[in-house]
Amino acid sequence: MTSVNGGYDVDAIRRDFPILGESVYGKNLVYLDNGASAQKPRAVIDSLAHVYEAEYANVHRGVHYMSQKATDAMEAAREKARALINAEHAHEAIFVRGATEGINLVASSWGRANLAPGDEIVLSVMEHHSNIVPWQIVAEQTGAAIRVAPISDEGVLDMDALEALIGPRTRMVAITHVSNALGTVVPVADAIRLARRVGALVLLDGCQAVPHMAVDVRALDADFYVFSGHKLYGPSGIGVLYGKEALLKAMPPYQGGGEMIESVTFEKTTYAGLPFKFEAGTPHIAGAIGLGAAIDYVTGIGFERIAAHENDVLDYATERLGALNSVRLIGTAPDKAAIVSFNLEDVHPHDVGTILDREGVAVRTGHHCAQPVMDRFDVAATVRASFGLYNTRHEVDALVDALGRVQEIFGR
Amino acid sequence: MIDLRSLYQDVILDHSRNPRNSGPLEPHSHHANGNNPLCGDKIQVYMRLANGTIDNIAFEAKGCAISVASASMMTELIKGGGVEDARAIFARFHEIVTRKGDVSEAEIEALDKLATLIGVREFPMRIKCATLPWHTMAAALDGVAEDVTTE
Repeated sequence: MTSVNGGYDVDAIRRDFPILGESVYGKNLVYLDNGASAQKPRAVIDSLAHVYEAEYANVHRGVHYMSQKATDAMEAAREKARALINAEHAHEAIFVRGATEGINLVASSWGRANLAPGDEIVLSVMEHHSNIVPWQIVAEQTGAAIRVAPISDEGVLDMDALEALIGPRTRMVAITHVSNALGTVVPVADAIRLARRVGALVLLDGCQAVPHMAVDVRALDADFYVFSGHKLYGPSGIGVLYGKEALLKAMPPYQGGGEMIESVTFEKTTYAGLPFKFEAGTPHIAGAIGLGAAIDYVTGIGFERIAAHENDVLDYATERLGALNSVRLIGTAPDKAAIVSFNLEDVHPHDVGTILDREGVAVRTGHHCAQPVMDRFDVAATVRASFGLYNTRHEVDALVDALGRVQEIFGR
Repeated sequence: MIDLRSLYQDVILDHSRNPRNSGPLEPHSHHANGNNPLCGDKIQVYMRLANGTIDNIAFEAKGCAISVASASMMTELIKGGGVEDARAIFARFHEIVTRKGDVSEAEIEALDKLATLIGVREFPMRIKCATLPWHTMAAALDGVAEDVTTE
């Protein structure tokens, strides 16, 4: 089962992921729900065990040996996160619980300090709820307005409409790098250029991009970039908010507590510098270190090779699903990454999901926390298969076979 | 694959394809919206009550086979019956599909046509699909102004 990607040994990669050897209901696990969360390679699992077995204490506090070791390991992970997205400084990589917390941090801290009545925040219709709701909250608090850029029937962001929406009152453009519901790769560099013309900032939701492609925040000139560790084969509960140093420095703290202060008296508290100003409380130490191991793992394979492999699997899935009369593909943009969303005629996605599950095929069914996208395509939900670096054409075949089982049950 | 067949029995597929009492009901005296935010299922239940009897009931649903079939069977079971009977059927059905322990043959038999739905017991994520129409019906009886959700 060698892929066309020369030298990409997907069988060896699969052996790195212990869970892929599990069976469900007596069938081989076919895990196609990577967009929700990816599985973990042995290197990440081992790193978590190693932290607790050999280098664990609280960080940035103790003078003792273990505290120093844990601090060094966590800061080494921060440097890996910096390198992953090619940020200038490691302290521009703030550890957060995940992309959701990263966006909330920016919306709350930057938003409340900078938004005024009449200011505008521009989003796209294909945002995940986590890149909608935090902005709605801060808009309500500040009197700012939210404007929404539409997409085409293929799921492509309408750049002309985006250009028209971005105006003199636009302060923030917050858009996804890759749509979680449709798989569309958004031309974010173009969006950033449009924002620059009016002096607006840009936040990119990189959750579905970072696992599949090399990201360079400096080449993009992104102001903020967020991603979650668990979608990048790392632990859950850890993610990264990147922000340009000058912006982060000027922003007020998000949460107060330990670690984020320089000195505290009841008269006046002064805050620590970056990144600690935004990392109140004891962080997810092992999670950060595990994320570092995940970054080592994916960069060790190389994004060029990962993308080539995943694109082959995606193209194959699109072709096989597209050949089924009963399938309606939702999201057919020319530039896509690792996600195929679809519906079966006359069968609700929830029923499809249950039957696929019994065939060992794990997919996501539902609105994918992107209800405006569902409304755009006039569906309540879709079935979504989302691929990772270990998926194969053979697994796409298993998906298609399992869909045949759905037809068998519902076609009577 | 006996388990999938137990979930998707012919009776259920028939009700989901040809739901009984489907559509709005005008005039109605009681109405509620129900939705399951996890999967996007939405249902509206309408009833016309007179003297403690459900004279007529209808529903509109956008949902999976289980939720539509459950709604359809519900309307057949409680139409023309008393309000308290409807509540009692719901209570019995709800208790059985959510019960962790065994269910006896006699209990299943007592469920009448709802017995075909007890396959959801093996599919924990689908229990809410089967109970959503009933929760919505109960909310309509209670005159709950807000939408009902399964969460």
